[in-house]
Amino acid sequence: MSAVIQIEHLRKTYGRTVAVDDVSFAVERGEIFGLLGPNGAGKTTTVECLQGLRAADAGYLRVLGLDPRTQAAELRLRIGCQLQESALPDRIKVWEALDLFAAFGRKQTDWLRCMEQWGLAQKSKATFASLSGGQRQRLLVALALVNEPEVVFLDEMTTGLDPGSRRVAWDLIRAIRERGATVVLVTHFMDEAEALCDRVAIVDEGRVSALGAPWQLIERYAGPGRVTFSAAEHDLTWLHAVPGVESVTHSGLRISVEGTGPLLALVAAALVEHGIAPLDLANQRPTLEEVFLALTGRRTLEEGETP
Amino acid sequence: MTVLRKMTWVELKLFLREPLTVIFTLALPLVVLFILGGVFGNTPDPEGVVYRGVGAMDYYVPAYIGLVIASVGLVGLPMHLAAYRERGVLRRFKASSVPAGNVVGSQVAVTMISAAAGSLLLMAAARLAYSFQAPHAPEQVVLAFVLAALSFSALGVLLGALLPTARAAQGAGILLWFVMLFIGGAGPPPEVLTDSMRFVAQLTPLQHAITLLQDPWLGFGWNWRETLVVAGITAASALIALRFFRWE
Ligand SMILES: Nc1ncnc2c1ncn2[C@@H]1O[C@H](COP(=O)(O)OP(=O)(O)OP(=O)(O)O)[C@@H](O)[C@H]1O
Ligand SMILES: [Mg+2]
Repeated sequence: MSAVIQIEHLRKTYGRTVAVDDVSFAVERGEIFGLLGPNGAGKTTTVECLQGLRAADAGYLRVLGLDPRTQAAELRLRIGCQLQESALPDRIKVWEALDLFAAFGRKQTDWLRCMEQWGLAQKSKATFASLSGGQRQRLLVALALVNEPEVVFLDEMTTGLDPGSRRVAWDLIRAIRERGATVVLVTHFMDEAEALCDRVAIVDEGRVSALGAPWQLIERYAGPGRVTFSAAEHDLTWLHAVPGVESVTHSGLRISVEGTGPLLALVAAALVEHGIAPLDLANQRPTLEEVFLALTGRRTLEEGETP
Repeated sequence: MTVLRKMTWVELKLFLREPLTVIFTLALPLVVLFILGGVFGNTPDPEGVVYRGVGAMDYYVPAYIGLVIASVGLVGLPMHLAAYRERGVLRRFKASSVPAGNVVGSQVAVTMISAAAGSLLLMAAARLAYSFQAPHAPEQVVLAFVLAALSFSALGVLLGALLPTARAAQGAGILLWFVMLFIGGAGPPPEVLTDSMRFVAQLTPLQHAITLLQDPWLGFGWNWRETLVVAGITAASALIALRFFRWE
């Protein structure tokens, strides 16, 4: 078995609040696995049960073959965690924090390199309290990675990061995977999940409502894709014969074809066949965001979360 | 062990970067020393009743060392520990598998070190200002100091474990410290307290810690009874703290 994380029928309640109802998935070694879902869906709870920080009520959990409930101390030496809610002492300096957390691990690690990678070298002597929100976040992520863990849990890693830092963070996460580590990423950024994750699970009301590679989910749940182009031609009824096409609409010279499947390729072929080669032929591919909204977006804020 | 050493070193630096705690630990006992020293001087009571028959300052210097120990143990440590829990620092440590023993151990070490520094400062000031009596049995005084400081560290960990927020810990710590300051032997001489006050004083850990320090200091010999009491307080606090310690 190459599954590094196995989670079957996880359930966790707080009093009468059901935080996680029934969650199952497995993560393979070297995968970047995304957990998406609305606020209060149970993502943090799921991840913290895997880290052994919270005790599950029921379910089968294994991380690196260890049971987080009974072998948490052993497990936590082999994983790295960036928690959604945690902090460092106000007056600890950046280098001191990295130096200290590097000492918590079993192996000798190069925390200086980690500090540089995460853009903290200039802030090395700044105290935690004096860092900006994004800098703190980068430090907390760096601390999760400083011991070169085999499995990394990142709970909203890029929240508060500027676009440049976000891209750097993505590259660093990919580099971690190249090293052979497995990454579990909780995020609210759909572009991040699409760019980074091999597979994602969309969690809603404590249950997994969709699981798969981003492109698979898009194909399955996102609804029709759209191809647009400009053409002077008026009679385009033959486009309806192209497999997958559902509708063709005109708006002036601009034409929009909606449908499913490999729409762009088939429409392009048909156009060329009819002697039309528009310069602005464009594919408006649905994104993970559409999938997310289709699966979870029905609730308005007033309806609130699960009662 | 290296982790504990590193954590202690970092915590010590954090302690020094916290000006208010440093002042409270090091300066306040000095202020009290000079005010009471100015009021009472250091001439022994001719009838040999008040201040156990010794000069006021000879009586008070070991008592103030007790006070320093109590202030770092009761005010500094619990607040620090509760703030760590409140802000999620303990959670972060737990997520890295830092044993509770290292978290608590580094706090206790810092408490002991800062109490020692405060005590040395106090003795130096008393030496300069008043011709106070040097300890009779220095090794015994050092041992008494270690026992007393351990006991107040354990009490501090207990408060930090039981009280949910830094604010609550700070309030409770300061309240206890003041009560002990006034009736525990570091305030008015025990001889002038009423019977009921003396009874309550017997219940304060500070009274026992101070007697443990004073006896070898003033030449009354090692006090086994107080040794047992102080060790008992340490053990009981540590056990209860262990039982109720929460990471979050
Ligand atoms: N310590 C707790 N005590 C009581 N209820 C809790 C606790 N932690 C979480 N919950 C509840 O459990 C549910 C799931 O919370 P969780 O933090 O796992 O959500 P999440 O998916 O991480 O949300 P977000 O995107 O906002 O971070 C919520 O309804 C929350 O109110
Ligand atoms: Mg969360």
